[in-house]
Amino acid sequence: METRKLRVALAGNANVGKSVIFNQLTGLHQHIGNWPGKTVEKAEGTLRFDGYIIDVIDLPGIYSLSTYSLEELISREYIAVEQPDVIVNIVDASTLERNLFFTLQLMELEPRMVVALNMMDVARDKGIYIDAEKLSKLLGVPVVPTIATRGIGLTELMHKVIETAEKGEAVKPPVYGPEVEARIKTLMELLEDVETPYPRRWIAIKLLEGDEEVERIVYRLKPELRGEVERLRREIEEIHGHDAPSVIASERYAIASRIAVEVITLKSPRRRIGEKLEELTVHPLWGYVIMILVVLAIFYGVFSLGDYLSQLIEAGFGSLRGLYVTHLGSGPLAELLWSGVIEGIAAGVTIALPYIIPFYIALSLLEDSGYLARIAYLMDSAMHKIGLHGKGFIPLILGFGCNVPAMLSCRIMETERERILCAFAASLIPCAARGVVIMGLVSRYIGFQWALTLYALDLLIIFALGRVAFRVIPGEPLGLIMEMPPYRWPTARVTLSKTWFKLRDFILKAFPIMVLGNFVIYLSAIMGWLPIVVDALRPVTVWWLGLPLETGVTLIFGLLRKELALVMLASLFGTSDFSAVMTPIQMYVYSLVVMVYVPCIATIAVLVREFGLKRALIITLIEIGFALLLGGIAYRLLLGVLTH
Amino acid sequence: MSRSVEEYLKAIYSINEEGRPAKTTELAKRLKVSPPSVTQMLKRLADEGLVEYSPYRGVTLTGRGAAIAQRVVRKHRLLERFLHDFLGLRKEKVHEEACRLEHGLSDEAAAALCRALKRPTTCPDDNKPIPPCTLEVESCDECETASFEESRLLTQLSNLKPGEEGIVAFVKGGRRARQRLLDMGLTKGARVKVVNAAPFRGPLEIEVRGSTLALGRGLAGNVYVELPPHGPHRWRRGRGWRRGS
Repeated sequence: METRKLRVALAGNANVGKSVIFNQLTGLHQHIGNWPGKTVEKAEGTLRFDGYIIDVIDLPGIYSLSTYSLEELISREYIAVEQPDVIVNIVDASTLERNLFFTLQLMELEPRMVVALNMMDVARDKGIYIDAEKLSKLLGVPVVPTIATRGIGLTELMHKVIETAEKGEAVKPPVYGPEVEARIKTLMELLEDVETPYPRRWIAIKLLEGDEEVERIVYRLKPELRGEVERLRREIEEIHGHDAPSVIASERYAIASRIAVEVITLKSPRRRIGEKLEELTVHPLWGYVIMILVVLAIFYGVFSLGDYLSQLIEAGFGSLRGLYVTHLGSGPLAELLWSGVIEGIAAGVTIALPYIIPFYIALSLLEDSGYLARIAYLMDSAMHKIGLHGKGFIPLILGFGCNVPAMLSCRIMETERERILCAFAASLIPCAARGVVIMGLVSRYIGFQWALTLYALDLLIIFALGRVAFRVIPGEPLGLIMEMPPYRWPTARVTLSKTWFKLRDFILKAFPIMVLGNFVIYLSAIMGWLPIVVDALRPVTVWWLGLPLETGVTLIFGLLRKELALVMLASLFGTSDFSAVMTPIQMYVYSLVVMVYVPCIATIAVLVREFGLKRALIITLIEIGFALLLGGIAYRLLLGVLTH
Repeated sequence: MSRSVEEYLKAIYSINEEGRPAKTTELAKRLKVSPPSVTQMLKRLADEGLVEYSPYRGVTLTGRGAAIAQRVVRKHRLLERFLHDFLGLRKEKVHEEACRLEHGLSDEAAAALCRALKRPTTCPDDNKPIPPCTLEVESCDECETASFEESRLLTQLSNLKPGEEGIVAFVKGGRRARQRLLDMGLTKGARVKVVNAAPFRGPLEIEVRGSTLALGRGLAGNVYVELPPHGPHRWRRGRGWRRGS
């Protein structure tokens, strides 16, 4: 028998078990990357089933198909333009009404569709019993009850998917109230000569809703429509006394609510174990206590495990070095190969990977268990002070360990604007390596309280620059609005496969940049270009910052890994007693500059990977400029204070 | 609503406005009554679900209390503006004068006053903000044609205390914010219950359409909800709050 190919897209709200289903279906045959040119994750995988090769695309978890976030735009574009054979809408049976709101919007795109009524077990615990057959009849879409975490219903789901793909009938879009329908019809007639990849009815509805993206597409083709659309929108507003987007959203919810009432039978709920925990973890006092403990545990876990792995790998590379020298010698070429290429890889492997692996696991656990939402809830008020909302707390905290996972975790923010704001703030957090410099210089030779002033200063900088960025970066700032999912056990399978696929993607995207950067710097060291650069930097290092000339080199090497800024300084001076070669002011200024100037090359690599070259460069340049500015001011201020 | 109840709620409102609960002694001083009668009145207000009383800390308004207080305070401060800006009364005089007039002013007349004064945002004597208008209008230009239902108790969702419930009347704010709120189920007629409120004016935890959401205070301030009148009531679709449980 000939194998046939199918393309299936999974769509649904966040926290409905979409990624569990995706993992159950595709197992190890998946690929996680980004949507072209976007900071949105794209997960694809394949599965063989019943003589079919099925490509599965896991669309982002969203609540609507409006223009609120990139995820929503990507999803609707994908469904309409790429036209997958079947859309599997995954619905949380325990919050049916809100989930059906999204189902109705998917139906408006008129795809072939199957509904997976997931988390039937959670619904039952809440006392919610759903008549799946009736739901299927009311929607006009096949409905399959599933419990994805236990693999229940997935075979039947795939049978239904194949059946639907073969039968090839598109779903009928929901019908709204007569006042709205009349206007949709008028618009559809006017749209007859407008060709877009989207269904005409959907375009008409979106125009009434005032969807900017659809307006852009349609008015470019037929600008004279604008007046008519506005007239129809006003008519709806006059009849209902509400603006058109509210009216249409209300009608969708009215349908969702009517269906939910018809298919649900309520029985008395079972008392869930999670319930007590849910109350406790948002308690005004205990909530914070628990949060601090959890965050500390994660922080400690990630970084102590990371340190351990890192040392292990480093030792491994050390013995490799011995082998290398005995076999290839230590001539200039062998040295370039070692320092320029192998050490670049080693730096990536020893710095990034040992921390990223435990971090990915921890973040995945936080997200999947539902605790992340509680942290965001508790920290929202404090985070508003720096222009972020509650979810931004996670990247900032992680930043104290290493900026790399911090950058990666900015994805938990919903909109592009918030992601970049968050990444910018997190890149300013002094990571552990910067901590080494601050502690090794300022704390050791000047005093711990002076090291603390540096940290305090840094928080002030984050606050100030965060504020500025908040104003400068375009877009409407949005407050926190997120679901508080009930607690559930994360599954090892999902956590590990998520970690593995993200890690693979990270290695492929970020490693080449790190290795290349490392190579360029070592090559220039070996070719004898460094003294030229250092001399060129003289006005900055010696005149503006008042530092010894040698720091020019170390500041450049600090790019590779921030602690090198201290290690190299010792080897250049030929002593690790810095008090003999640097004045306290110089130490303070040097640490300040190291703390603020560009994040290390690994962080830049992640910034490029997440936000593109242009924005990574902007962030990098701003931070270099700001570090130098502050360093110079601090030098002059301290000099002034201490000499008077 | 009796006049003295309104006076109490107004006083508590303006103290809460400064970010702290109202203490009995402070209320006694402001309202020029004895502390024991304040305590007695507060007990009554708490029974009617208008204030929340916590020993040693003081009282704060519930959503219901805030809805009533906002209506009176709005009239009061608009009148102050009118007396000061239009009639040229001295700043020190306007407060007492406004106190006498506010209780007789209808909602419709208050809206007209707001229009005539070109939508002032603060009162003249102590520059406190005038509570937002609770009319459901796209923009201020439309308030002439708005309908006035004097009996509806409206306030922002952000004023509700844990345990309180309301029905979404309308959502204001920027396009994206409003779209998001609608998408998450806060459409007209949806029933919302506040389950928890994070400290330091953090987000609210609400239940709507069978799901639990965290909603930042700012966003919650965009959502106007209608509160049930006093006593056991049930919301009937299309008919509003009805007596009976």
